[in-house]
Amino acid sequence: MKDTLWTLLKGDAGRFLVLIAIVLLFAAMVPGGNFGSWSNLENILIQSSVVSLAAIGATLVILSGGIDLSAGSVLAFTVVVIAWVMAKAGDQPPSFMLSLLALAAGLGISCLCGWINGMLITSLRLIPFIVTLATMQMFRGLTSGSARQTNIYPPDSWLNSIMDSVSGVQGKAWMLMPPAIWLTLISALSIGALLRYSRWGRHVIAVGSNEDCARLCGVRVLRIKVSVYLLAGLFAGLAGVLQYAYIGIGQPTTGQGYELMVIAAVVIGGGSLSGGEGSILGSLIGALIIGVLFAGCVQMGWAKWLQTFFTGAIILVAAILDRLRQQQGSA
Amino acid sequence: MSVRLQMSGIQKRFGATRALADVTLQVQEGEVHALVGENGAGKSTLMKVLSGAHRPDEGRMELEGQLYQPASPLAARQAGIAMLYQEGSLLPHLSLEENLFLGQEECRYGFRRQQIMRRRSLDALERVGLSELDPNMSAAKLSPAQAQLVELARAFVSGCRLLVLDEPTSSLSRRDVEKLFSLIRSWRQEGMSIIYISHFLEEIESLADQVTVLCDGRSVETRPLAEWTRQDIIRCMVGRDVSQLYPDLAPPQEDCVLEWSSGEEHLQLRRGEILGISGLIGSGRSEFLEALFGLRQGPEAELGIQGHAGYASPRQRWQNGMGFLSEDRKERGLALQLSISDNLWLSSLPRWSSPKRRRSEAEIQVQRLKIRCPSAELKVSGLSGGNQQKVALGRLLQHGCDLLLLDEPTRGIDVGAKSDIYHQLRDLAAGAGGQPPCAILLVSSYLPELLGLCHRIAVMREGQLGEAQPREQWSEHSLLEASLS
Repeated sequence: MKDTLWTLLKGDAGRFLVLIAIVLLFAAMVPGGNFGSWSNLENILIQSSVVSLAAIGATLVILSGGIDLSAGSVLAFTVVVIAWVMAKAGDQPPSFMLSLLALAAGLGISCLCGWINGMLITSLRLIPFIVTLATMQMFRGLTSGSARQTNIYPPDSWLNSIMDSVSGVQGKAWMLMPPAIWLTLISALSIGALLRYSRWGRHVIAVGSNEDCARLCGVRVLRIKVSVYLLAGLFAGLAGVLQYAYIGIGQPTTGQGYELMVIAAVVIGGGSLSGGEGSILGSLIGALIIGVLFAGCVQMGWAKWLQTFFTGAIILVAAILDRLRQQQGSA
Repeated sequence: MSVRLQMSGIQKRFGATRALADVTLQVQEGEVHALVGENGAGKSTLMKVLSGAHRPDEGRMELEGQLYQPASPLAARQAGIAMLYQEGSLLPHLSLEENLFLGQEECRYGFRRQQIMRRRSLDALERVGLSELDPNMSAAKLSPAQAQLVELARAFVSGCRLLVLDEPTSSLSRRDVEKLFSLIRSWRQEGMSIIYISHFLEEIESLADQVTVLCDGRSVETRPLAEWTRQDIIRCMVGRDVSQLYPDLAPPQEDCVLEWSSGEEHLQLRRGEILGISGLIGSGRSEFLEALFGLRQGPEAELGIQGHAGYASPRQRWQNGMGFLSEDRKERGLALQLSISDNLWLSSLPRWSSPKRRRSEAEIQVQRLKIRCPSAELKVSGLSGGNQQKVALGRLLQHGCDLLLLDEPTRGIDVGAKSDIYHQLRDLAAGAGGQPPCAILLVSSYLPELLGLCHRIAVMREGQLGEAQPREQWSEHSLLEASLS
């Protein structure tokens, strides 16, 4: 019994406790005592949802033994495409159909980007790191170009409200949480279930653990990989939708460096860059740990460099703990 | 002549396997000493002990009368022992000269002494008959034969007095072999001692002064070449009793599961039959199985598997009811970081399944195969070699195959696990537990296993598959002879 408790603590439960501990720490330190309030926590959840959603896709990629550096660029591409379609409405509020069209266009582009990553990696047999390093720049360039290197200012629409806080807001409180967080939760549950119950999910993990063995067992390795990068593109795009809702404009420079935060979330969540290990729940907790840390530093009035430094330190600690865990496992 | 190397009572264990039981070897100055033995007799381990890669558990080594205890391959090289490995060990991004001096650079105050090294590398290249090469050229540009000679030149740079050659001719053309042999003879003249390992008895007959036979980790006998006959050598190499490890076989049925033919060669496998393929490592046995399974393009061949003809991918092969067990358990056979259950299910997952169902069915296989583990959720990396191999075999059982291609299914596992696997294979062939009988194609380097377990055995030699004969018509002796001659 003692053994099982310990194994639990070494896994996602332990990460959750670390998250709680960091929240409590800031709750005790931040002056005014507002850190632990629901409206503040809701805000942190909202701000973390962009990274969380992209981290679901990145978890799949890392589970399959790959990596996706283009997530930030795909996110920006989606933001700009949505804004560009929305701006067609001129000064009028965009019609519901137009906003749906904008969503479809944005997500279509993100899926296309992911598919291109997958096809380049599988058909040319290139290393994922190199391919996505290249497409990161290319997608960012295309984003910039399609926005004519300036911000696009579309009119407001219902899309802009999906990131708004709902607690205490008249007529919206029944939602409990903003649509953005529901979207993240539902995505996480579905992908989590796919990984656990579907053949596709088990094959993703098998490819990441030992690609040769998977091929030998009749797993369609190339197809699995393409599907994984396609989904990573889709989730980067969904994160882009949230980002659009949050900033409200088509800013081609948005989301720079997000790919590293997303990877950091997966690694803090127990994902192994050599593949086969990681969990959706863990990655979400990882994204939240980063989010809480950022919010905490801001509310303490600490300088930005401290946030950056702490994020790095957390990655390092997570990697060290992971190493210790594996050494114990093999002994 | 004086004794250059004396090894006595050398023993080495790896976990439960005893790689070297008791080896005694004496090599004189200016002598080519041939070392022969079956695959797995301990030749490679012995040479790794000599070259400092492994430390012996027991025994004593003396080099020119001095106690010799190398702590590392570098120490062995400094003592004057150089080894040429089967696989090349040149670094393609460095020049010849940098390769020659790697790890033993001539330096003063941390700076390379260019002139001295240039002179010595030219000298070493000349001694291996490569004086036309520029020491500055990139090692990537060498032909395989040249690369091997450059590796030999490395031995001369380090002032080697005892050279170990492990199957040096396996990647050489006939002409390059002649060249190598004349070099070896000239070095012997200069007083160099050479340990020569080869499967090819004719090479040994044309080169060696002394021949030592290894069998099951023991040095059986050492005699001057003139006192050996080929028959003696083979008998010495085999020399062990066939134990009662092997279950009785049921006769095979009539219907054909596999039909294969390519030119003169052909193979037919009936339901319930176990067919063994013997041959040396590198004779093309594994490649044959992989081509059957669609993992590589084989030579033009007619292939029929239960009505399915022609080339297919591994995925289609599984659907045809063919299962494959790789000889490389760790790299290709298993996903070591995944659980037993995940590994068992890998080829046969239904579209949707709950972890609970996967686990409970995996537990059934675990019991059937007698895999010793607390739970089917355990990572495969935590199991012993024998239990890992049972998991790999269990995948074929879980899938329910009609035709099993098994490449070295008992390599490196203990006798208990071997016996479990033999009985499992017999049951599969006989069709126990309501399953239809399977056909099994078994590649093995372990001759008693082939003779004990197979209905028929065919020998593969240099990529050519010989006629399959009933096992009663083979002996270890004749199998070895067929794969050597």
